[in-house]
Amino acid sequence: MTTTDIHTELLKNFEEKIERGDAIEPKDRMPDAYRKHLIRQISQHAHSEVIGMQPEGNWITRAPTLRARQILLAKIQDEGGHGLYLYSAAETLGISRAEMIEQLHSGKAKYSNIFNYPALTWADIGAIGWLVDGAAIVNQVSLQRTSYGPYSRAMVRICKEESFHQRQGYEIMAKMMKGTKEQQEMAQDAMNRWWWPSLMMFGPHDSESPHSGDAFRWKIKRASNDELRAKFIDKTVQQAEVIGLTIPDNELKWNEERGHYDHGPINWTEFYEVIGGNGPCNLQRMNHHKRVHDEGKWVLEAAEAWTKKREQKLFDLN
Amino acid sequence: MNNQTPLLTYCLRLGDNALIQSYRLSEWCSNGPILEEDLALTNFALDMTGRADLLLAYAATLEGKGQTSDSLAYRRPEKEYLNCLIHELPDEDFAFTMVRLMLTSAYDMLLYSALEKSPNENLAAIAAKAIKETRYHLAHAAGWVERLGDGTAESNSRTMQALTMLWPFTGEMFETDSAEQQLAADGIIPNITALKEPWMEKAAQVLKSATLEIPALKTWQTGGRTGRHTENLGHILCEMQYLQRAYPDATW
Ligand SMILES: [Fe+2]
Ligand SMILES: [Fe+2]
Repeated sequence: MTTTDIHTELLKNFEEKIERGDAIEPKDRMPDAYRKHLIRQISQHAHSEVIGMQPEGNWITRAPTLRARQILLAKIQDEGGHGLYLYSAAETLGISRAEMIEQLHSGKAKYSNIFNYPALTWADIGAIGWLVDGAAIVNQVSLQRTSYGPYSRAMVRICKEESFHQRQGYEIMAKMMKGTKEQQEMAQDAMNRWWWPSLMMFGPHDSESPHSGDAFRWKIKRASNDELRAKFIDKTVQQAEVIGLTIPDNELKWNEERGHYDHGPINWTEFYEVIGGNGPCNLQRMNHHKRVHDEGKWVLEAAEAWTKKREQKLFDLN
Repeated sequence: MNNQTPLLTYCLRLGDNALIQSYRLSEWCSNGPILEEDLALTNFALDMTGRADLLLAYAATLEGKGQTSDSLAYRRPEKEYLNCLIHELPDEDFAFTMVRLMLTSAYDMLLYSALEKSPNENLAAIAAKAIKETRYHLAHAAGWVERLGDGTAESNSRTMQALTMLWPFTGEMFETDSAEQQLAADGIIPNITALKEPWMEKAAQVLKSATLEIPALKTWQTGGRTGRHTENLGHILCEMQYLQRAYPDATW
């Protein structure tokens, strides 16, 4: 057999496994493109969890009640934990956390666009939990069936916590809608600002999406961008109605035939501008992450030096 | 404050200590030197907020004027806050946070272990929960103080600097007054003076393995327990109380 034959044979085995619905595990042979795709996707997912701590962290010290502060702290702590599971899942593919963070800082790795928008009022904490986590859940539920074992297991664990995130956000919005006129205005304003970016979280329309081919064939992705977006819109419209919030889209209308809501055009120019680095907070988020990373170096160096000293002492004793 | 019962004043002091600690710890969210530390400090902030909530809720019951833990936290002015000053100092760096957490959780460990035996069931229950959390805070902080103190030249000097800044504020934790002494004599709360020596022992033991020397005694900085604070508290309250003060009619 030639090398090409072996290669074809391996690829055939891999694809048969995928076809049968078997999970791919870290020790299994896998095509390079599969590995690369997963590293890109999982590390982006991990970075999103971590960068997302910034806009929410921005409100911890101003949370309006002790209960609200506790809920927000617990929520952000979960998100950091998600970052940790996902970094570990990506590490099973042969990349280190340090390398992933380097790629984040160099701009090679991305994080979710949504966190390049600012959290301006307390209602934004509601909107982030309700809409942003709400959109993330739709995506993550579908990824529970993704073909890579460690990623799928991380998703199962994460989804258990995500429904609490969405509930707490919705609760904040509901409370504000029952509150004073100022609170209601704050809630509607947050809705107006977060609605469209939340829809953009699912990515370009299926007709435009460049990566869908392999990702579908290899069962990394289990539902299309538009399918997921529709699921999110359908469940969210009703939730908004219940508490009296208006969705900022005049063209939003139930389509009996499709069994989904139709929505107005998404501003893809804005989407690509933000991806390209020109969102309101891109620089701020990245500078924050880099600054904290650099400022924390002396701590890790100290921990390393301390461990070395202990080892030396043990060595001297022997 | 003069017409507060001694037990109410005592609970406000404990509650405010926890509340201000939780505020400072929560500032580390998304600012930790590594993700694991970010999570640990956020978790400690959560413990402390919960503790403040319980203590202030109990204080509100004792007062019996329809207050809640929230109205006590979000509507009192600086002068009515009764926390020790050490908790309100701003975090200079990670060494400062860890040295402070080591000093204050060593104190909390002794205090709450004694309070757990109080015949006052409310205090005993709060203390039982606090001990479980504090044991973990202390181990975490002591571990870091040792590593930072005996790590690199830079970490050693940062840790020493933190200790020098914090030490003059530790004396206040052991201050007492005649009202508290009466509560102690009645067996409701521990005699705080008696905890100073075991606290000093614990602190000295950690600092020794961190190769740090206890600073020569300076004049103690005090005042928080009677409502006279550092400039920092005003800024904390500005931020913490912002929504409740800006929208006094709103519920959240
Ligand atoms: Fe998450
Ligand atoms: Fe979440």
